[in-house]
Amino acid sequence: MIYKIISKNEFKRFIDALVRSNSSFGPRLVDTDSRGEAVYQFQPVSSVDEIAFDYTRTTSSAKHFFLPFREELSRFHFHDGDWDQSVSYEANPVVIIGLRACDISALNILDDVLLNGHFPSAYYLAKRKNTFVIGMDHLPLPDCFCKSMNHHTVPTGFNLFCSDIGDEYYLAINSSKAFNFLREFETRDPQYDENCRLAERRKLISSSFRTEIDVTGLPAILDIEFDSPVWKKWGDKCLSCGTCAMVCPTCYCYSVEESFAPDLNSSTRQKRLYSCNLVDFAAVAGGHNFRPKNGDRLKYRYYHQHRGFAENANQQICVGCNRCGRACLAGINPKDVINDLRQEKDTCMTSVSSSPRRS
Amino acid sequence: MHDQRFVIPPQELNREDFASSVPEFNRRAEVMNTDMGYKCAITNIVRLTEQEKLFQIRIIDPGERALFRFRPGQFLMLELPGYGEVPISISSSSTNHEVLELCIRKAGSVTSALFNAGEGTRVAIRGPFGSSFPMDEMAGHNVLLIAGGLGIAPLRAPLFWINEHRNRFLDVSLLYGAKDPSQLLFTWQFNEWDMISHIGLHTIVEHGSDEWTGKTGMITDLFNDISIDPGTTYAIVCGPPVMFKFVCGYLDRLGIPMNRMFVSLERRMHCGMGKCCRCMVGSTFTCIDGPVFDYWSVMNLKEAI
Repeated sequence: MIYKIISKNEFKRFIDALVRSNSSFGPRLVDTDSRGEAVYQFQPVSSVDEIAFDYTRTTSSAKHFFLPFREELSRFHFHDGDWDQSVSYEANPVVIIGLRACDISALNILDDVLLNGHFPSAYYLAKRKNTFVIGMDHLPLPDCFCKSMNHHTVPTGFNLFCSDIGDEYYLAINSSKAFNFLREFETRDPQYDENCRLAERRKLISSSFRTEIDVTGLPAILDIEFDSPVWKKWGDKCLSCGTCAMVCPTCYCYSVEESFAPDLNSSTRQKRLYSCNLVDFAAVAGGHNFRPKNGDRLKYRYYHQHRGFAENANQQICVGCNRCGRACLAGINPKDVINDLRQEKDTCMTSVSSSPRRS
Repeated sequence: MHDQRFVIPPQELNREDFASSVPEFNRRAEVMNTDMGYKCAITNIVRLTEQEKLFQIRIIDPGERALFRFRPGQFLMLELPGYGEVPISISSSSTNHEVLELCIRKAGSVTSALFNAGEGTRVAIRGPFGSSFPMDEMAGHNVLLIAGGLGIAPLRAPLFWINEHRNRFLDVSLLYGAKDPSQLLFTWQFNEWDMISHIGLHTIVEHGSDEWTGKTGMITDLFNDISIDPGTTYAIVCGPPVMFKFVCGYLDRLGIPMNRMFVSLERRMHCGMGKCCRCMVGSTFTCIDGPVFDYWSVMNLKEAI
């Protein structure tokens, strides 16, 4: 990692040059919601003026650049009663500007899931390698809880990360590509003063979180509270619509579907993002459903995010962006569900006799 | 406006060739690329019952055929181009490298289309995937195989294995239950298993018919017919979810250690590679950690059976 300081004006010129010559996406104001709040999304941008650098949050996450809602896995061409299969991993180079630390953390988690093990996904790798990620820090929103998940800072997974230190940006340069681009622009090495300002900025971000979730020992609590009435309470509210998984930056579950082309000369195997809250997620041939109830499926989602993944990959898959909580039509959010569960745990603990004190 | 001294030419951020990242792939141990399937031809179709057929398939390319090896208990993804892909357990002998046998029940859109396919149809397979029965660990012990209904399909591979290495095992019994006599699968092999391989075969059906001279009842009734030495017995169980609880519960009470009971679970896998999460139980993937689990792992998995 190489650190540089760039003035905000110069940074804008750099972004403008980058955006004008590459296929780029950045946060843009697209609408206002029913409460009058601005709705931002990562959309194509062609000049720096279109980018809302001070955006609050995007409704959808950046995962859709890497895991599109629909993605062709392979194609079959039919001829003379036979077929040929073709697979393509091609991805066009893309620049994404303005990802938050938690969004980049989410990409790192996806890297863990999709590029490790015996079966790394070449589809994902091609897209990840062809994406130029520029991250920017921000002051947390009232409902962000990424500090609780330890994802309010990100050490890796980006090409360039900008921290706002007043009139300038403190740049963390994490790839030779970014370094070469920046050579053409006026940057300088950080001095003591700028380092102090960066430390202050980080302290400010860290102390600005207003939502906290205690996730200590959560995997064990989830294990113990498997039959807790909390799941029925929240499950009865859940509409099983799958919105939470669609906006989640780390949800990657999918289904595979196949369809003929209209001329019947070819067919495609497509992967479509799915949600474990949808009713047929755990259905098997013959009609048996292993998770038939709303509560079962909601519970499974929390188990995968906070327990199962913690067991497999030593970290929880949730990054604390609270997109699911904002998007949920039934008002279910991780903070309430997990706190509810902990409450359960605490009331249980009152009946346990305290350990004897040493006198 | 736009600074003339600097233009990032479009090719600067050029598409990274996938080939250049392949070495990175190969550096990891045992990486498999399974996005392309092996092309197979259906060589033979045997109708077993109204709902089940046995498909014999053969990988067309000799090189690919030589590469495809599996262990008893593993499954593969069978693709009928245009219709979709289904996970199917392999029912043939793991030492038979010429043809693969898949016992398929007509249950959904893909399997229905397969039932209409004739011999010679080209299908694709990906795999093999998943864990297998630890046949080497079982050697030198009694083996008790318990199958309910279509559960005989995944058990046929270990049965073949035991047949071919019969002298490595002590007493071997197969308890096999079905709804009615017409639902019993692989009946033509019963004599071979019983007479030649000395596998103690006990069948039972829930509802008998006029011709049926065997026993009627639930599969657990068969436990009265055999004597089980819990100290030296390995059990392999496969059947509908409800069967596991009764059978494994019984064996547990009998004193067979949980790590010597193996079950083969059913889930609707979509990828087979631990990516789609459709087969996930708790923190465990049925496709890469399973489908064969020891009973201890299943006991610890909520919603597994």
